[in-house]
Amino acid sequence: MDLAFSPADEAFRTEVRQWLHARVPREPLPSLETADGFEAHRAWEAELAADRWSVVDWPAEYGGRDAGLLRWLVFEEEYHAAGAPGRVGQNGIHLLAPTLFAHGTEEQRARVLPPMARGEVIWAQAWSEPEAGSDLASLRARAVRTDGGWLLSGQKTWSSRAAFADRAFGLFRSDPDTAKPHQGLTYLMFALRAPGVRVRPLARLDGKPAFAELFLDEVFVPDEDVIGEPGQGWRIAMATAGNERGLMLRSPGRFLAAARRLEGLWRERGGPGSERDRVADALIGARAYQLFTYAAASRFLDGEAVGPESSLNKVFWSELDIALHETALDLLGPEGEPADTDWAQRYVFALAGPIYAGTNEIQRDIIAERLLGLPKGRR
Amino acid sequence: MRFLLDDGQRAFAASLDALLTAADPAGVVREWSRGDHASGRALWSRLARAGVFALAVPETYEGGLGPRPVELAVAFVELGRHAVPGPLVETVTAAVLLTGADPGIAERLLPVLASGERMATVAPAGAYALDGDAATLRLSWEPDGIRLSPGHGPVRPSLDPARRLTPLAPGGELLDAPTGQALTWARLATAAQALGVGLALLDRTVGHVRRRTQFGAPVGSFQAVKHRLADAKIALEFARPLVFGAALTLRPADAAAAKVAACEAAYTTARTALQLHGAIGYTAEYDLSLWLTKARALRTAWGDPHECRALVVSAADDRRW
Ligand SMILES: Cc1cc2nc3c(=O)[nH]c(=O)nc-3n(C[C@H](O)[C@H](O)[C@H](O)COP(=O)(O)OP(=O)(O)OC[C@H]3O[C@@H](n4cnc5c(N)ncnc54)[C@H](O)[C@@H]3O)c2cc1C
Repeated sequence: MDLAFSPADEAFRTEVRQWLHARVPREPLPSLETADGFEAHRAWEAELAADRWSVVDWPAEYGGRDAGLLRWLVFEEEYHAAGAPGRVGQNGIHLLAPTLFAHGTEEQRARVLPPMARGEVIWAQAWSEPEAGSDLASLRARAVRTDGGWLLSGQKTWSSRAAFADRAFGLFRSDPDTAKPHQGLTYLMFALRAPGVRVRPLARLDGKPAFAELFLDEVFVPDEDVIGEPGQGWRIAMATAGNERGLMLRSPGRFLAAARRLEGLWRERGGPGSERDRVADALIGARAYQLFTYAAASRFLDGEAVGPESSLNKVFWSELDIALHETALDLLGPEGEPADTDWAQRYVFALAGPIYAGTNEIQRDIIAERLLGLPKGRR
Repeated sequence: MRFLLDDGQRAFAASLDALLTAADPAGVVREWSRGDHASGRALWSRLARAGVFALAVPETYEGGLGPRPVELAVAFVELGRHAVPGPLVETVTAAVLLTGADPGIAERLLPVLASGERMATVAPAGAYALDGDAATLRLSWEPDGIRLSPGHGPVRPSLDPARRLTPLAPGGELLDAPTGQALTWARLATAAQALGVGLALLDRTVGHVRRRTQFGAPVGSFQAVKHRLADAKIALEFARPLVFGAALTLRPADAAAAKVAACEAAYTTARTALQLHGAIGYTAEYDLSLWLTKARALRTAWGDPHECRALVVSAADDRRW
């Protein structure tokens, strides 16, 4: 058992750090949830990609560095420590790409992945529907067979950044007559500016307009944009949903960097001992998450699959994120109220953590039933 | 970087688990609580033969296997899981203190600690020492150094009946022993023990709620019950890497962080365990109580949560994360 990274990994760390030091914008970019910010972040993705830093763990042929999981963790630690911009391409990179690596065709990977890596095509996740949130399998949007492809109709909602994104991936009911709701679903990719798609921005709690609902009216999708076999969409989507909850979406580097910023704030302002305890808990939580992830990565490299433990991650990081940002706002007092400060923005974003990527209630059910072996109850 | 126990470490845990399962620790604890130390001493000797007390004793001393903090953490998780009584953390802490002592003393005392021939207790001057009546080596940790205490005062029960609290008699020989890393080892061992206590509580509670039915269904099928247990699981699983991380770095702030996380997780799990057992959990003759009360006591042993959190925040350089 050891925590030391190899000299080669440390050299990689140095290379990442130097590159970021030279390139990270001095002034933070405008929020990626706004039109201007979205384009500025797209340009940043291109800059990352030009030196093959946008998807370091991907194979070189798609724009990556074949860096592996450990170096991805190292990259993320450095990335967040450097205060580099948020990743506007994350839904594509962390959800669609692993799905294509596991279930896509060679042709799909060659066509979809390189422009994703360069930020030329930004992807939105179109899973949720107004009547299908936690109970995602009850979704109703349809895919109807047509010549050479499918016609999509129905409504999707709460789709992050869909107001400005280029394409989306989601589940559609292709066979309405199955016995169980999660059968007869097909996983498809579609263009957000295709004929028949109407995108309606929804302001989020922080007023940012990039969230959206999608109205689809006989949108044509060619067969080549079906992921995996028609009717197998649920299995395919669930196989990669663990990525969203688990290590890829929320890397430990993010929380370590945030906890260190919080510690800095506390040193600057002081505060009663009770606040110091909360700062300590944020640091301890961030370290725990880092080490937990190292252990998970070690098991993964030993060939073990990432299973329901990703639900432990999800609840832990989302609650840590809120506690950490609440502490910061409490330290700031009335100065924490203006919505345009970095702390306030991050706080509002943290509030959504227990809701998206499968609510924490659903994750606790998974932990209880699949990790602790408790009997299934009523859903 | 490979942050996983190796096969040898896992086998060590499994062998201790088997030894302790066979040893009926519940009976041992109850006797220990009454001041009858015979079965506890017998168990102590068997743990010593398995190497538990030699892990903090350097190999240069007769019987020493250490320093092996990762194996020590592995062992203390098992000791906690099986509710083993006695001055376990204190004996390890004494070994670390004596390692830096005058060679004559170290040569005399370390081998008998490693072999289990002697049990030690250690306490800051004026504080209660754990099991001073059972220990045959009593160290008083004073501002000017470590003293060999000549005896102990009257025994007071702790709210964990298995922990018998004794003031140490003043005076005694002053040892030339720098305190160095002793507190870090004490906190590491306490954190690992607390993690074990929490794991046992969770395990027993999951078993109970699967069996116990009310309203025609296992109480473990109710979501309010499930979610409390899921939270206990989360807290324990995120304390675990902190414990082993601290064992690898042996940095004081890392041990303090591990102690906060493991003791808080164990204590929250204890509250959940009691609640989900209902009245049977509140019954002293039911074995759950052995772990319930220990979870509370370990929380304040060797640095309460507030003190440990203060160290985490103040030690930015030492922390290095
Ligand atoms: C910031 C943000 C970004 C998002 N981005 C996307 C995106 O990009 N793409 C996308 O497809 N979706 C996205 N979503 C939607 C998200 O996936 C859903 O909000 C989520 O699945 C929960 O569904 P719901 O909102 O319909 O809540 P509901 O399912 O209506 O749940 C309401 C409450 O009831 C609880 N509840 C429901 N069922 C149970 C149960 N069985 N047991 C206990 N409690 C239960 C829930 O936990 C929750 O607390 C996003 C959401 C947010 C907040």
